[in-house]
Amino acid sequence: MDRSPLRDFFVGLFVLAGIAAIAYLSISIGGFSWHGPTGLKLSAAFDETGELAVRAPVVIAGVRVGEVATIALQDDFRARVEMDLDPTLKLPTDTSASIVTAGVLGDRYIELQPGGDEKLLKSGDRIAFTESAIVLERLIGQLLYGTTKGKAADHGTGAATTAPVQTP
Amino acid sequence: MANPVSHVGYKAVRFVQGLGSLAAFTADIARSALTPPVRFAAFARELYKLGVRSLLIICVCGLAVGMVLGLQGHHTLVRFGAQRSLGAVVGLSLIRELGPVLTALLVAGRAGSATAAEIGAMVVTEQLNGLRMLSIDPVSLVIKPKAAAMLVVTPLLTALFIACGLYGGYLVGVGLLAGDPGSYMSSLRSAVNFHNDIECCMLKSAVFGLLLGLIATYRGYTSAPTAEGVSAATTASVVISSVTVLLTDYVITALWGI
Repeated sequence: MDRSPLRDFFVGLFVLAGIAAIAYLSISIGGFSWHGPTGLKLSAAFDETGELAVRAPVVIAGVRVGEVATIALQDDFRARVEMDLDPTLKLPTDTSASIVTAGVLGDRYIELQPGGDEKLLKSGDRIAFTESAIVLERLIGQLLYGTTKGKAADHGTGAATTAPVQTP
Repeated sequence: MANPVSHVGYKAVRFVQGLGSLAAFTADIARSALTPPVRFAAFARELYKLGVRSLLIICVCGLAVGMVLGLQGHHTLVRFGAQRSLGAVVGLSLIRELGPVLTALLVAGRAGSATAAEIGAMVVTEQLNGLRMLSIDPVSLVIKPKAAAMLVVTPLLTALFIACGLYGGYLVGVGLLAGDPGSYMSSLRSAVNFHNDIECCMLKSAVFGLLLGLIATYRGYTSAPTAEGVSAATTASVVISSVTVLLTDYVITALWGI
């Protein structure tokens, strides 16, 4: 059980290199993002979320400021979306949230438009002004069948019901 | 023996016996890990043999896998005009699946087989019995450092494998195919999340390390004291480790993955 300084040096080097690789992956690539308990948590209710996914980005003016934490159905059959945002963000209470699509067929994400109110949103607050996702298939359906009223009635709920709804 | 039904029964009993003796062996190692002689020198020597000596093969394989992922990913993504997400493809496949699994398979072949063969040879030459004669517990002196080193070494090697793989993908995607370095790194950074991906990766490789150490040492420890027994133990160690790693990978991904 001899101790050899050279071997121990290599072992030390190996362990340090391994730990450095883990640190690089975690910090530089993984990025400790908005996951701390101090994050700003806001919720919003939407009539339609489209294919919005958990962990989808939340942006302001195209800059990523957080992500979608949970999506669940409320008692009134609207979708409640919880967002986890950068805690340093100062958002007015009349901020609005809309679900938009990157490109024509891209991923869904949430865009926030800060308002002008002087009062600020606190963690746990609810964003009152929301704009739901536009479902492309329904738009196409409306284009094809929605123009003639008789046909729209025939096709019933699927094609005729919803344009994107602005909810106060 | 002629009765096929009783043959199946015999096999089943043997299998359950094997599981039980592996569990007892694991408990033995756990007990000796918690009792005093730390065996730090032996542990450092095993780190050298299992870790430092595997470094070259891990880095070369990581680089090769990353380069292939870069090439394949590029050819697939270019059809959709989405070359900009090459970093995300390479990074997520390496971190979530290929890194932990391929490293575990390489370690099983490179270090696990050597461990099983070494302990098997000790069984043949009755060195373990010699230790028992001197009232030294062979589990504490021989097995524990090897199993512990395997547990420590596998996550470290996995991280190095992934780092090399990311660099390999970068070499091909940016160097060879003249992609944009900024979009490679930014798609990589935005796709990989610490809590979902890196944690899952490290958890996987730690579990793999534990299993590899247990299987290799157990196979060597229980090998028949003949030349044939050692060769059978070495083969069984590699085969069982590989199958276990792949099956466990599915279970972990199904339980914790998204």
